[in-house]
Amino acid sequence: MDINTKELKKNAFRVTKVRGVTSSRVRVPGGLLKAEYLGKIQKIAERYGNGTVNLTSRQGFEIPGIPFEKMPEVNRELQTIIDGTGINQTGRARGEGYPAAGTRNVSACVGNRVCPYACYDTTALAQKIDKVIFPDDLHVKIVLTGCPNDCQKVRMGDIGIMGMTEPRLDPERCVSCGACIRACRSKSVDALEKVHFRPERDSYKCIGCGECVNACPNLAWTRSPEKYFRITLLGRTGKKNPRMGVDFIKWADEDSVIRIIRNTYEYVRHYINPDSPGGKEHIGYIVDRTGTEEYLRWALKDVHLPDIAEVYTPLNWGGIEYAHNKYFGNQRYHADGTIVTDFSEKTR
Amino acid sequence: MGYVASREQFGKLFSYWKKEYDIWAPKRFPGGGRFSDTDAVRYAVVQEPDEIEFEVKSAYSWKETVLPPSETLFYFAQNHVEEAMPPLRKRLVFLRSCDLEAVRRMDQIYMKNGDPDYYYARKRDNLAFVMIGCPASCENGFCVSMGTNAADQYDMSIDAADGEFRLDSRRDDWSAVLAAAGAAELDVKPCRVSENKVQVRVPENLTFEVGKSSMWDQYDSRCINCGRCNFVCPTCTCFSMQDMYYDAGGKVGERRRVQASCMVDGYTDVAGGASYRKKNGERMRFKTLHKVLDFKERFGYQMCVGCGRCDDICPEYISFSNIINHLEEGMKEVQDHDSSK
Repeated sequence: MDINTKELKKNAFRVTKVRGVTSSRVRVPGGLLKAEYLGKIQKIAERYGNGTVNLTSRQGFEIPGIPFEKMPEVNRELQTIIDGTGINQTGRARGEGYPAAGTRNVSACVGNRVCPYACYDTTALAQKIDKVIFPDDLHVKIVLTGCPNDCQKVRMGDIGIMGMTEPRLDPERCVSCGACIRACRSKSVDALEKVHFRPERDSYKCIGCGECVNACPNLAWTRSPEKYFRITLLGRTGKKNPRMGVDFIKWADEDSVIRIIRNTYEYVRHYINPDSPGGKEHIGYIVDRTGTEEYLRWALKDVHLPDIAEVYTPLNWGGIEYAHNKYFGNQRYHADGTIVTDFSEKTR
Repeated sequence: MGYVASREQFGKLFSYWKKEYDIWAPKRFPGGGRFSDTDAVRYAVVQEPDEIEFEVKSAYSWKETVLPPSETLFYFAQNHVEEAMPPLRKRLVFLRSCDLEAVRRMDQIYMKNGDPDYYYARKRDNLAFVMIGCPASCENGFCVSMGTNAADQYDMSIDAADGEFRLDSRRDDWSAVLAAAGAAELDVKPCRVSENKVQVRVPENLTFEVGKSSMWDQYDSRCINCGRCNFVCPTCTCFSMQDMYYDAGGKVGERRRVQASCMVDGYTDVAGGASYRKKNGERMRFKTLHKVLDFKERFGYQMCVGCGRCDDICPEYISFSNIINHLEEGMKEVQDHDSSK
């Protein structure tokens, strides 16, 4: 059997542990699709796969157990799903499957189509961003969440987008019930204080979650017409140095979010290690190499932030070092209490 | 006198009103709702007929036109007191049958329950009412059960349909403006609801004994005492006072009255630090029996007008009409308990 594995991966199939058997990865930007495509996925799984479907960690589907020789047929079957999920198929003919798989599915929480806490339509923005970044082979993870509850865990992605609203108070509608103050204190950052019977908002503390608006019985608090976003940067998992993304911009607007994403792709294309395994390198490691300042120079190019925006500086990532320097890292003990020693000459 | 007016002909009357009145009506606020990308419909001063929301019932009631959420009564500086200015202009209020019936309840409390309330009266005297007809029942309303579906004490009724307005004018000068604008005369009766999906029955034998029923207990945990049901209610009249001092010494400031809710913490706080009705179920009992029992015992008719706004807004899906319909069972429970003693 002669299969170009590089080509197969770009076509959104996987090299599995079972020889000659692959799985098909179905991209679902924003994690929302019409139910009719589930029937389509079922059909592919039962006809070409082993009858099971995996719900992937990034909200796609993976249909396992497909023999390599069935890939052309699967690709033909996938076309209606590709059309129905609005995937940009540029670079590949219709009926020939996905044009890329490197750039990961844009995942999103359920958002304001359903959730009362969400500050924007996460699905719509995920689909919009997918149109901007896909197809591409660069290994980038973009994650969207509706509010600072961060159910989608945006800080584990390269670029995290967290919905915010700027609460507006109409003091004449305030009845001094204190619901907003209690909600902010118990569920959020305690940014409200009662001054002369009415809430006063500490905009430095406020994270724009909208708990005050939801709690207000009289619509004294309402949401800003503008949708705002907190952008977090360069979280990652993996074998070297997993870490949470850090705050980059508070109160960014949608245009800035999309521009920063575009810029980040350009930066990665320019600086990625040409020898990186499989052409994949987490952005964070590239930034570690070029320095944060260089990344920011690229990321903020032609970005016009709204006046309200706050840019964090400096950006410091901590994170877990699996192979940390033995002289500066923490010690480890065996169960019997003896210290784990490192006799190797090589340390990072 | 009845008329059918085009948008333009009605506009003439609207302009005529604007010379004398601020026009208060249900208005849609796009994006102004509690949740992201939702609208709010509530009362506001409108400048154009198109701003009036004829389809959807206002989430908050007509009462904001005369009893705002917060109202400054007077300003003080040491021994000097300056009364806050009353509204300079008269107010024309667009409202539905249930709310027009609620006006009577509000008047009962503020005008006919002892001396008239000065601050209410000075606004109330300058109100005129345009009743919006209801071609169909709203989701949670039970106006037919409460007998509030056929309010009649309007200055004009209005039904908006197919780009036309059907008007029943009881003001000669308004009729004259419509006639001059070329509106066709027609025998007009406002649309009325004759049946609601929700029906309630207040039991004949209802007494305060029902307070001993276990029916209230579930609300200890279900209700979150947010007070939304009170703030949207067209017949809730309660307020509390706030003296707000501009200076640290407390000599200069203003006195406000602010809408209050018998569901919200602090309502029953008294001097000395005590507080009655700590449990939410007790508060629910109090509210319910005020709406469908003790107001009636004092004034001879029900307070609740069945607009259903409390059901519309409750974030915990507690239905007031459902509570009313459980009163009979509650009475039976306490009577059975008493007779078994």
